[in-house]
Amino acid sequence: MSILIDENTKVICQGFTGSQATQHSEQCIDYGTNLVGGVTPGKGGQTHLDLPVFDSVNEAVKETEAEASLIFVPARFCKSSILESAESGIKLIVCITEGIPTIDMIEVKYRCDEMGVRLIGPNCPGIITPGKSKMGIMPASIHMPGKVGVISRSGTLTYEAVKQTTDQGFGQSSCVGIGGDPIPGTSFTDVLEMFQNDEQTEAIVMVGEIGGTAEEAAAQYIKDNVSKPVVSYIAGVTAPSGKRMGHAGAIIAGGKGTAEDKFKALESAGVHTVKSPAEIGKGLKELTGW
Amino acid sequence: MNLHEYQAKELFREYQIPVSIGKAVDSPEEAEAAANSIGGNKWVVKAQVHAGGRGKAGGVKLIDSPKEASEFANEWLGKNLVTYQTDENGQPVSKILVETCTDIENELYLGAVIDRESQRLVFMASEEGGVNIEEVAEKTPEKIFKTPIDPISGANKDQAVYLAENLNLSESQTEEFVDLFLKLSKLFLEKDLSLLEINPLVINSEKKLICLDAKINLDSNALYRQEELQKINDESQEDAREVEASRWDLNYVALDGNIGCMVNGAGLAMGTMDIIKLYGGDPANFLDVGGTVDAKRVSEAFKIILSDDNVKAVLINIFGGIVRCDVIADGVIEAVSQMEINVPVVVRLEGNQAELGTQKLDESGLNIIGANSLEEAASKVVEVSKRS
Repeated sequence: MSILIDENTKVICQGFTGSQATQHSEQCIDYGTNLVGGVTPGKGGQTHLDLPVFDSVNEAVKETEAEASLIFVPARFCKSSILESAESGIKLIVCITEGIPTIDMIEVKYRCDEMGVRLIGPNCPGIITPGKSKMGIMPASIHMPGKVGVISRSGTLTYEAVKQTTDQGFGQSSCVGIGGDPIPGTSFTDVLEMFQNDEQTEAIVMVGEIGGTAEEAAAQYIKDNVSKPVVSYIAGVTAPSGKRMGHAGAIIAGGKGTAEDKFKALESAGVHTVKSPAEIGKGLKELTGW
Repeated sequence: MNLHEYQAKELFREYQIPVSIGKAVDSPEEAEAAANSIGGNKWVVKAQVHAGGRGKAGGVKLIDSPKEASEFANEWLGKNLVTYQTDENGQPVSKILVETCTDIENELYLGAVIDRESQRLVFMASEEGGVNIEEVAEKTPEKIFKTPIDPISGANKDQAVYLAENLNLSESQTEEFVDLFLKLSKLFLEKDLSLLEINPLVINSEKKLICLDAKINLDSNALYRQEELQKINDESQEDAREVEASRWDLNYVALDGNIGCMVNGAGLAMGTMDIIKLYGGDPANFLDVGGTVDAKRVSEAFKIILSDDNVKAVLINIFGGIVRCDVIADGVIEAVSQMEINVPVVVRLEGNQAELGTQKLDESGLNIIGANSLEEAASKVVEVSKRS
């Protein structure tokens, strides 16, 4: 078992023929991802990386029975690309692109929820089920099939956490980068629920950062629903609060959102926290006794 | 990106949202002339900076002669205004807004922001407008009324009426408020704002609503479709190095320490700062080189880091996902060999093509200290920063 994807998941890539998409699609195929085609409007009928290119997601789904889509299109086209995918029956969308306007994401997130579509990202490294399949840009070599579920808001910090669980010999069940945008398609809580219900996952690593209240919500969820051991690191203890303008941000946050608040909330939910990003693997070892 | 008050008010006028009559000027002579042309016998002069708390810092003044407008402009133009929302250097004043003076009966608060928790645009209003609104929110949150905007159907009249009731507005004021609320929500969405705040929204002596202040932040991700607003960005309000960094798509924030950092990814960049602190060092900056970095941008990043004289050592921490470590290595080699870098540089490469990158650095013959883990990198850079 694992979460979200395995070797059978049929995946297409939107923005397929672009340079980033090409580089990462190749790496996904090499890793074992069941990539069945791609979409680039205007290039339908061509072949790219030995796979068919379609003009629209709708055609791609009809021809290939794809169920998941990996998106690399430029930010200004992401809203329509994500919605096109969702409306064409794709059930899992992973959007790597960064820089999507927040107002676009409010509508995208709302409509994906309404259609029952799982959106990961945007502005994220993607997801991987080690040894089986990856939809994303993470370096494959640091992963190893195993028993730790990894969730993170950051890209490269996810790799840091993953590498430590590999170095300790624990491996990962699945790793999910939910992305650092204000309106992410999937929250910590969503992924915590999946890991709690996944048999392969024996412990969870959660990497958060300052800003917003997603970690506080996750802490409450862990307290109420998660029985598996959780290790957490929050980046940004030393980050300055920065210049600001006006009060609205502070009013809506109600004094929450600092690293200290997040550590406190997680600790009171029974989570084992570490203060250094280099101690995630060690923290896991201490907590589980593995 | 932030707008100045006078720019925000111009936008308000475009949307027919009620603001005071006023004019932004950049010389004492113009300030006096503006007061004369506006007319009346009382004016307000306001220093234009990207920060709140101007009133308490002396950047807002009530005056009763055009001569005083000139004096105020003379006092502030070309100087920096320090408020509790700025750093200790403050923000440069290059424009003064001269406005008619409004007789205030009551001060209300109206704000709108993208709320991460509800994932909606949320409007907030309170009867307790004015300078202490944050304290009100913290101590008596029940005095702040909120209404989320539906992502599909948008703002509606009922929401405005709900807020108006809680602001204890009269019937005619409620009508004005409904109009104001609908226009503000239209402006927020059409102009891709991330924050909009009117504090105070006042009821004047004629019992009418008027926006006495206006703060607007734009969503930086949406600037590509807000070209008109992007053009009026006042870069003098930002740190010069941050502006230079953003030209190269580098995300840089200046800090007080002496260890320069170059990291890929915002999370790892913060994590790197955290671990430097844990090892007893002090980061000089936050710098995220992003996912599509090339050799040119690495050397630009170096230039920006080293333009800070406090920097005694540099730590480069790259975990390659999209970015290839051998490309980073090329950039580091190019920069170190061309720029006569005199401070020690500690480099940790991991992930995509890390071995090739490390090999390139080893073979370069340059004074670059390699590290195999984050801990090793942090301890080495802290050590060399204390020695030099």
